[in-house]
Amino acid sequence: MNENVFIENLLIYAVIPLIKIVVIVLVLSGAIAYLTLLERKLIAHIQVRLGPMRVGWHGLLQPIADGLKFLLKEDIVPAKADALIFTIAPAISLIPAFLVFAVVPFGPPDMLQDFLGWTLGWFPFLNLDEATTERIAQNAIASGGYVTDINIAVLFVLSVSSVGILGIILGGWASNSKYPLLGALRSTAQMVSYEVALGFAIIGVLLVAGSLSLVEIVQNQQQEQLWYIFVQPLAFVLFFICGLAETNRLPFDLPEAETELVGGFHTEYSGFRFSLFFLAEYANMIAVSAIGVVLFWGGWLRPFPSFEWLNFLNFIPGVVWFLGKVFLFLYVFIWVRGTLPRFRFDQLMQYGWKIFLPVAMANVIVTAGVILAFL
Amino acid sequence: MKAMEESTVLDAKVLELNMGPQHPSTHGVLRVKLKLDGERVVDAECIIGYLHRGVEKISENRSYIECVPYYDRTDYIAAVSNVYGFLLGVEAMMQIEVPKRAQYIRIMMTEFSRIASHLLWLATHAIDIGAMTVFLYCFREREEILKLFEALFGARLTTHAFRVGGLWKDLPPGFVEAARKFIDEFPERVDEYEQLLTKNRIWMARTQGIGVISGKEAIEWGLTGPVLRGSGVRHDVRKDRPYGGYEEFDFDVPVGENGDTYDRYLVRLEEMHQSRRIIQQVLDRLPDGPVRGKAPKIVKPPVGEYYSGIDGPRGELGYYIVSDGSAHPFRVRIRPPTFISLQVLRRLVKGHLMADVIAIIGTLDIVLGEVDR
Repeated sequence: MNENVFIENLLIYAVIPLIKIVVIVLVLSGAIAYLTLLERKLIAHIQVRLGPMRVGWHGLLQPIADGLKFLLKEDIVPAKADALIFTIAPAISLIPAFLVFAVVPFGPPDMLQDFLGWTLGWFPFLNLDEATTERIAQNAIASGGYVTDINIAVLFVLSVSSVGILGIILGGWASNSKYPLLGALRSTAQMVSYEVALGFAIIGVLLVAGSLSLVEIVQNQQQEQLWYIFVQPLAFVLFFICGLAETNRLPFDLPEAETELVGGFHTEYSGFRFSLFFLAEYANMIAVSAIGVVLFWGGWLRPFPSFEWLNFLNFIPGVVWFLGKVFLFLYVFIWVRGTLPRFRFDQLMQYGWKIFLPVAMANVIVTAGVILAFL
Repeated sequence: MKAMEESTVLDAKVLELNMGPQHPSTHGVLRVKLKLDGERVVDAECIIGYLHRGVEKISENRSYIECVPYYDRTDYIAAVSNVYGFLLGVEAMMQIEVPKRAQYIRIMMTEFSRIASHLLWLATHAIDIGAMTVFLYCFREREEILKLFEALFGARLTTHAFRVGGLWKDLPPGFVEAARKFIDEFPERVDEYEQLLTKNRIWMARTQGIGVISGKEAIEWGLTGPVLRGSGVRHDVRKDRPYGGYEEFDFDVPVGENGDTYDRYLVRLEEMHQSRRIIQQVLDRLPDGPVRGKAPKIVKPPVGEYYSGIDGPRGELGYYIVSDGSAHPFRVRIRPPTFISLQVLRRLVKGHLMADVIAIIGTLDIVLGEVDR
């Protein structure tokens, strides 16, 4: 009996979460690789050309070829660079981008219930009786569509993503070269100012949801039968713009502005280290999209949960809805890049401090006032 | 004391940054030594000469006919009009009559080359400021023009377009139709660029009030072409001293008001429309007849000197030819418009931000092949 409890706990708290982590990391890496291809293809078609066509059918194997190329390239550390920091900076940039996904709910808390009840029977050496299997499958930690559901998830996301910026700053500094230095300085200023506005935009949602847990935020949207984008449209617009700035995407890609800073903070990077920065940027894109979907677009919920005549849509699992919405987000990210020119540094700061921040603050005050007065 | 003033990167108030000659946005091999305070430009110094080939000196050892292909390679983006300027001078010195048909075709091709050159300018200017899509849209149209060049001249870039006394060959079959098709579609295409840029808030913020120069000052600096017209001075060699038959065509000279990067952008866009109007008129009125006048096999202009200036895409392109009566020019001095507009760069970028330097280099529309010669 005791042994059974031990195995049960081991499965719930260690084995199953570990498997989930491995799956998420692997799937995420693949998703990032193919996001680069998606971007190249989409941009190409926006610009009346074809994009990668040679490696595989319509370039489908291009990400693999790119990855191999990066791996096989010579590993260069510039003579005057600070070798240690230069080496670890890409990792500092990449790891937090992946860490964010620890708290992202891909599906509802009972997402894996049936799956677990079904698969646990495959391992006879565990000697699980039916009641234990049931208990494991019922446990939200094991069966939830997420690695962990912590009650400060939003804070976790914000703080972890700030660490990622350190990688860029350190990388630019350690290169000991002028263009990367300028890029690093720009990114410091940009990310600090936009994170403030981003935080305030999120506070609007938090006030409505009354929780910092990403799972609960979605569950609240389920209870109220309303996505928060309809409650907090302004906050969403701010979130999206600041998200573009946080991920260094056009029109806010100043830290790496190719035509001004010759690549900015990663000018001196090449080969695999460069690819880590590159992966981090795309991982951040996916992370911002995922958080945006959770906060504003109802996470794993189907569209218009309040309309009963749309109930037939329920047969599609929540995780599919979630991934579909993330894809839409990413599509818009890429679309924006194909359309807009780049801001200038001082304009970017002006928009951040003089427009986005006051508007986001006003949004928080109005939201709080409305909640106090009417609810 | 000297050592005290010099500073290292760490404690520097002023950062010296080398922009170019391999920088992606200096449009060739321009090197600009920037002194930056933060991102603000305190001073800038242009260093040129990386592409110097001594075209003027080479000309002295070549016959007049052999000189012509060298001028293709000065401003390689508008090779057609370069050749045109020189040949007009030689023909005027020799008093060679150019047949009407040849004149018309020359004007048409020169205007095509103006459009192609402006398209390349818009493409690079836009991508410098981050609008990547405009770059490829412009190249789509430029490709069509280059195809026309290839059909008539047999080359796309260094065209060796015209000959003394007219043209090498008459228009190939199907050329007029292809040209018509292009100019019919062209306004729509320009509208596409305008949709992406003209009213775009970011584009306006990046170009309005950047690199402002007044009309008076622009004249003092010797600026010509769109850079001068953007400052509100209605100066166009095609109107002021018509050459090669331009007086027969009807077109406007667009001018800006504020003399900033945005106005120069609008001026160049409108110039493309005006060039299209000229081509339209040429195609409607294209006369029949020979395309090559009576020109001697060996060109020996009489002793004397002659200045022939044309309005190239970048401004007044002048050829000052001195002849000693032999088959080689005694001296050819080229007045390259962008060599002269490049000198104003330092004056324009001072006090602006690092990102504006890119926009200003773009708006001057420099070609280093022409600056260095």
